[in-house]
Amino acid sequence: MGERVGLEVSLAVSEAVKLARADVIAAYPITPQTHIVEELSQMVADGDLDAEYVMVESEHSAMSACCGAAAVGARTFTATASQGLALMHEVLFIASGLRLPVVMAVANRALSAPISIWGDQSDVMSERDSGWIQLFAETGQEALDLTIQAFKIAEDRRVLLPAEVNIDGFTLSHVVEPIVIPGQEEVDSFLPPYEPQVILDPEKPVTMGPVGFPELYTEIKKQQNEALLGSYEVILEVWDRFAESFGRKYRPVEHYRTEDAEILINMAGAMSGTARIAVDMMRETGKKVGLIRTRLWRPYPFDEIRNAVKGAKAVAVVDRALSFGGQGGPMCSELRSALYPLAEKPVVTSYIAGLGGRDITVENFQTIVEDTGDVLANGPREEYKMIGVRE
Amino acid sequence: MIKLLKEIRIHGRGGQGNVTASEFLAEAAFADGLYAQSFPMFGSERHGAPVTAFVRISDRPIRLRSQIYEPDYVVVQDASLFAGTDVLEGLKDGGLVVINTSRPISDFKIPEEFRVVTVPATELALEIVGKPIINTIMVGAFASASGEIRLDTLEKSIRDRYPGELGEKEIVAMRQAFEKVEGAKR
Repeated sequence: MGERVGLEVSLAVSEAVKLARADVIAAYPITPQTHIVEELSQMVADGDLDAEYVMVESEHSAMSACCGAAAVGARTFTATASQGLALMHEVLFIASGLRLPVVMAVANRALSAPISIWGDQSDVMSERDSGWIQLFAETGQEALDLTIQAFKIAEDRRVLLPAEVNIDGFTLSHVVEPIVIPGQEEVDSFLPPYEPQVILDPEKPVTMGPVGFPELYTEIKKQQNEALLGSYEVILEVWDRFAESFGRKYRPVEHYRTEDAEILINMAGAMSGTARIAVDMMRETGKKVGLIRTRLWRPYPFDEIRNAVKGAKAVAVVDRALSFGGQGGPMCSELRSALYPLAEKPVVTSYIAGLGGRDITVENFQTIVEDTGDVLANGPREEYKMIGVRE
Repeated sequence: MIKLLKEIRIHGRGGQGNVTASEFLAEAAFADGLYAQSFPMFGSERHGAPVTAFVRISDRPIRLRSQIYEPDYVVVQDASLFAGTDVLEGLKDGGLVVINTSRPISDFKIPEEFRVVTVPATELALEIVGKPIINTIMVGAFASASGEIRLDTLEKSIRDRYPGELGEKEIVAMRQAFEKVEGAKR
């Protein structure tokens, strides 16, 4: 059932891409993602991975090359972060609009200015509406597993959409921790070669990406959205199949000590691990606190979220991104919208933390839960709060 | 609840192999059948700038991912950091600090509640390896003084990363450090 090794999470993602037998990798290095593609280029150079490694001059070109490769039916991977993802912006919409199953790892990092090489989730939140399937990992094991799963989900004929695996920069990408590397045969049986439906082929010419006149554009976008919403069932199916093969179970929302919880913390990514420890500590003092971790961000798991908060008095949403001039955290806005139609719903509080590499400590989570308790007792105050600000 | 968690903070300067040192410790702990986690906190990546790296070792899976504020151990790869950084910040009472220096321990004015050991890692490196590669020597000194990591598993993790002559020289230097550590052990 695979071998457990101590491995840097970035390299575990590279290993996943190798196990998935990617055909084409086109990438441009950027901190904190660099180790992923550096390792992949080494694997290709050493002959350990039979793939085409395309060196490009920018992330815009990287994603463009990925689109081309996926269009001819290649299993395609790239990785980026921060400004690199921002530079890909327009091409991300082309990948999803052309229904190309590109898989991308994003080692989440803050956006400039000021220049920050450190982690937060502003980069992915700026691409929230790009039509990609978006997943968040908490651990190195999950980063590896989600990467393998992402190919199977993206390439499914009922889906045919690009998929993105988010791993928090440094906080996850640069961590060395124990990870089970699955065997090649097991992965091969879980993830057979990609069988594209339509490809670019000079022998049988087709046009991809023509003009979408007003008579058609709306219908195409509706189709695309239905494909993304419909990917939900496929994702669940792939996760069930993965659990059968590898024994590790995945759900769109992960619950931790939510039984009888009055206050739930909701967040995504690696810092959820620290939230778990905070939950344990608060539980020891008799506080009824739990964690619901968002693993699947797009398509948003509306029903799972609605079910997850049933019975809770409050949900404290912790975002590692700030929507300037808006309601605060993008994850919080989404959760609030999901709960709005419910007749009975918990109070929702919004917190921004962990921007640009600022740590989120166990104490920060305790403060967040105490503050939410205060809102429950004394009523709402500001729209959102920034945690750990030095003033 | 997390009683069996040990936390190590490594202070050094860019180019001294601080992150690699943290990875050696994590890999060796892992090879000893424990759970381990190591991660860096980079400044802007440049030679000479202060760098901090963290290691957690536990007999259970480690979910905590915040930085380390109250370490059990502090490893100081460059003694000049004492001038500008509070390397002992948050060190637990009875905690151990391992310093790369050939100066006497008394020069460092370490408060009494801490244990301290020194090792002349830079000298050993220049003498045995012929290059100022100190991180392997410092992890050897740490293993000796703390008793948390076995020397042979540490050797294996170094040999895996640096196969050949360089690795073997480093292992010789590390063994000497293991023997030569001065001060209050354990």
